[in-house]
Amino acid sequence: MVTKITDTANAPRGGDSRLAAPAALAGEGSRTLRAGFIPLVDASVLIAAAEFGFARKEGIVLDLVKDVSWANVRDRLAFRQFDIAHMLSPMPVASMLGLGSNPSPTITPFSLGGGGNAITLSTRLYARMRQEASLTETASALENAQALAKVILGMKARGEPLPTLGVTYPFSSHNYEFRFWLAAGGIDPDRDVKLVVVPPPMTSDALAAGAIDGFCVGAPWNMVASERGVGRIVAAKQDIWPSAPEKVIGMRPEWAETHPETVSRLIVALDAAARWCDRPENHDALSEALAETRYLAAPVDIIRRVLAGEFNLDDQGNRRVIDGYFKFHDGFANYPRPSQALWIYSQMIRWGQTDLSSTGMTAAAAAYRPDIYRLALGADAAPLLDNDIRVEGDMDGDRFIDGQVFDPARIADYIAGFAVKSMTRSGSPAEEN
Amino acid sequence: MAYLDLTILVIDENAIRASIIEEGLREAGHAKVTVVHEVNGIARIIETLQPDVIFIDLENPNRDMMEHLFQLTRTVGRPIAMFVDRSDTASIEAAVDAGVSAYIVDGLKKERVKPILDMAVSRFNAFSRLQRELADAKSALEERKIVERAKGILMKMRGISEEQAFALLRQTAMNEKKKMSDIAQSVVTAAGLLM
Repeated sequence: MVTKITDTANAPRGGDSRLAAPAALAGEGSRTLRAGFIPLVDASVLIAAAEFGFARKEGIVLDLVKDVSWANVRDRLAFRQFDIAHMLSPMPVASMLGLGSNPSPTITPFSLGGGGNAITLSTRLYARMRQEASLTETASALENAQALAKVILGMKARGEPLPTLGVTYPFSSHNYEFRFWLAAGGIDPDRDVKLVVVPPPMTSDALAAGAIDGFCVGAPWNMVASERGVGRIVAAKQDIWPSAPEKVIGMRPEWAETHPETVSRLIVALDAAARWCDRPENHDALSEALAETRYLAAPVDIIRRVLAGEFNLDDQGNRRVIDGYFKFHDGFANYPRPSQALWIYSQMIRWGQTDLSSTGMTAAAAAYRPDIYRLALGADAAPLLDNDIRVEGDMDGDRFIDGQVFDPARIADYIAGFAVKSMTRSGSPAEEN
Repeated sequence: MAYLDLTILVIDENAIRASIIEEGLREAGHAKVTVVHEVNGIARIIETLQPDVIFIDLENPNRDMMEHLFQLTRTVGRPIAMFVDRSDTASIEAAVDAGVSAYIVDGLKKERVKPILDMAVSRFNAFSRLQRELADAKSALEERKIVERAKGILMKMRGISEEQAFALLRQTAMNEKKKMSDIAQSVVTAAGLLM
């Protein structure tokens, strides 16, 4: 059934080149989209599209449903309880590769932007880094990782228990970014520390209770821990790889194929919402909406500062401002670039989650669908200067923390070049010690 | 029946619901049922128990931790897959609707697991019904209490009998197309302001 017909007919157009669809939308069914999300600042674009009229303008209604775990989001999307979902950028890639306990084909035609992640260590562990590795307060993210490596070396020599560190999901940007940072500092994430999964809202309590010694999660949970005085922020995503995609809008490929008009309208609405979210003058309104119980249920002042990239690194008054900590639209942040999906694939191989194969390459790249993005927004909205599969990390302002460059055409060499890796599965070279 | 040998682990933070499910499994003849209410130390429990079937409630944010554990078990050779049969969408939807998630050891025959999943789903639903009924009963009781108070106020202020006070409330509710308890609430609130 087509609902909201009047809305559709009277909806102002999102752009001049697009025609409003006829009221009877060729059987695409309801214009109410059920969208699952996890309470995080990086769900901003989706929440803003629903709250500030961008979806309505395109004649669609977003019914946002808060969920408690990524596994639930994945399953509810697979089993049609959700039409679309706020997802971790590696989730569609994992699904296409058949990884995880319930892989079901998932694609993304729209990235929700980069930014928001950071790494926080307990104040206790950080104090040891200061003491045992003569770390300065103003050290870089890489120096912080190297100092942690030194502390771990001492822990091993004395037979102390190794640090337990939290990520959010096995197929998460957090998992790969944390591992990337640790490895860049010379720490083997599978041997020198213990990685566990902790739901984001519980991270600061887990840190305070000593259940974990550090974590990598999205905003606002790092700042919640640092302002409580239980943690010290030692790296942000911008230090590890600024362009790393964070969250995406996931959908079933078969749904996208049978609802092309709805998908296009959704992308137009999200595009407008993303531009709106980037403008600082809208951050007060956005923070207030996000802080509500039905969304993040987190302190509005912390969300406001997170959006501005103003970090309180600890409760001692050490601050850091990161330009573009949240990029909701700028720099083609919404463009689902297949080379980024391939970078995710490279990290999955690096850490033994899967093997390198040409089928895997095709499946991973197919999770990100710039063709659908371009179809909705026009070719002008897409980056002109580079290809969908490009060399990543070769531009100033967009470097990897280890200084390497990722060329998807030479993915095997890229993976082989990592000093720290743990490819334990069959078919991987046994070159590690 | 062969499926009664299966080792079943139920993870549910809600102790009452967990015991309802456990009871159902035991009634169905399953002897190897373990129930845990928190996920602390769950890795060790799974390692020693080696369950064939794991149930976890969908409201449990620690489901992602389970995903992590299963990802690790891939390498130690005890693969665990989601649900019974991916082609049986009706039973999957029923499970998701009921709020239960099932992990099954890979290779286990679906005929062996289906009755257990169905049982868990119906018990989960029974629990939700129970909760709803309890909430309904509670609010009915609250409504009766507030009507009693409003009647008392009307009797005192207007010097009328209990029957008259009741009739007045009912008539007003009908005239205003509202619930009698809503009118009674207004009377109580207004009286609180005026007296």
